[in-house]
Amino acid sequence: MIEMSHVSKTYKVFKRDAGAVSALKSIFHREYEQVHALRDVSFTIQDGEMVGYIGPNGAGKSSTIKILSGILTPDEGTCIINGLNPWKDRIRHVKEIGVVFGQRSQLWWDVPVIDSYELLRDIYRIPQVTYQQNKEELTELLSLEELLKTPARQLSLGQRMRCEIAASLLHSPKILFLDEPTIGLDAVSKLAVRDFILKHNKTHKTTVILTTHDMQDIEALTERIILIGKGRILLDGTAEDIKDGNENMDEALAALYRKLEI
Amino acid sequence: MVLYIHYFKIQFKSAMQYKGSFVLTCIGQFLVSFNVFLGVYFMFRRFHTVNGYTYGDILLCFGITLMEFSLAEAFARGFDSFSSILSNGMFDRIMVRPRNEILQVLGQKIEFTRIGRMLQAVVMFLYGVGKSGVEWDAPKVFAVIFMLLGGTALFSGIFLIYAALCFFTTESLEFMNILTHGAREYGKYPVNIYGKKVLSLCTFMIPYALVQYYPLLYLLDRGNLWYIFLPAGGFLFLVPCYGLWRLGISRYKSIGS
Repeated sequence: MIEMSHVSKTYKVFKRDAGAVSALKSIFHREYEQVHALRDVSFTIQDGEMVGYIGPNGAGKSSTIKILSGILTPDEGTCIINGLNPWKDRIRHVKEIGVVFGQRSQLWWDVPVIDSYELLRDIYRIPQVTYQQNKEELTELLSLEELLKTPARQLSLGQRMRCEIAASLLHSPKILFLDEPTIGLDAVSKLAVRDFILKHNKTHKTTVILTTHDMQDIEALTERIILIGKGRILLDGTAEDIKDGNENMDEALAALYRKLEI
Repeated sequence: MVLYIHYFKIQFKSAMQYKGSFVLTCIGQFLVSFNVFLGVYFMFRRFHTVNGYTYGDILLCFGITLMEFSLAEAFARGFDSFSSILSNGMFDRIMVRPRNEILQVLGQKIEFTRIGRMLQAVVMFLYGVGKSGVEWDAPKVFAVIFMLLGGTALFSGIFLIYAALCFFTTESLEFMNILTHGAREYGKYPVNIYGKKVLSLCTFMIPYALVQYYPLLYLLDRGNLWYIFLPAGGFLFLVPCYGLWRLGISRYKSIGS
């Protein structure tokens, strides 16, 4: 279970006007601007839930994900995930989570995918039996058989994403964070990825937290949607709440963003 | 350790993907160091001793320093390229894996091409052994081993400082090169030839002298036996370096990228 309560996070952003003079000035006197990335964010996510976490760029999505995955320490508030504090018990916590960053690879670029998997097995200390089972299951469901012997750099984006998702699930995490997993994928790959995530959630009861700008992902995968804007939670409900009678999800969401001025 | 060996294998496989580049870089590394060696050689053609050190003494000293540096550079290369690990977001990936961060950063890049420089260093060292007329016995062999270990630790520590500083600023870390590449270049001569001030700086601040000058004195029969244990200073030096790194991590956790 993920329990986040009253979490706030403020960044200091170094501010400077363009031009050489102000660059010089900034050496002696720095001006900072406070950016409130998160303000009083609270939510609870049950085991096995699939949640879409959406919001415009800069709304605080990545800060939330970073806090949940133990990379970032919030200024205020508490967060307990399966009984652990993610930033204090980082190592124990991250054993139980899988993270897919759509824009960044976790595979070793120049070696066959299978070599990356074996290294991950050692990093996560996955018992050989579990590793073998998981690898076989993931290979079958994501049709990776042909890809495992190919170096990651030679894979297409869609093939790579399938390998990335499998890589994050080798250690049977209880929670899976998907950060824009379908970005840049063609229709076939998108459907394959969505289909797999649905199935995996059903069979393994993995909690999935999905951030994306693709509303079709959200509609296909998640029942619950959390909408964040300017660091605040603005809505915690279903796709119907956002659609509000509107047919097209993207338009409905754009209208909502305008209405909320985020 | 098992994991590090695994990293080692995968890095080796990666390097072997580009064999031509690997071989050329190795040769390049060899030639660069060879060039410096020629500088020493020609100088000793004119002057037969420098501050009481003979050609053979200097070769011994330079060979050992260069070996230490190549080892540190090969294995601690991940620190050296740490600014790019930070800027491309790779460090977030490291943070979501259940292992020590330093181990993962080290595994991120292992520079096998430094074998070229290592080879040059070994050749020079062996040549120095022949030239210097040192009479080898067990303590002296240990002295060399301790020097190598301590020196590698020391250079790795400096690389670690460099990496830790990346957490605080992304620019103007060029000055760190004085401590790494600079030390390698100056390290070809025993540090006392640069004067008393440099010697004390290199004893108490950044302990180059502990891994280089004092044990060398013992090798050349000019120092006490206990000098051979001074390279332990190189390992002690890692303690504050690690502290700075921890500080960097906690800062990273509080400000993000």
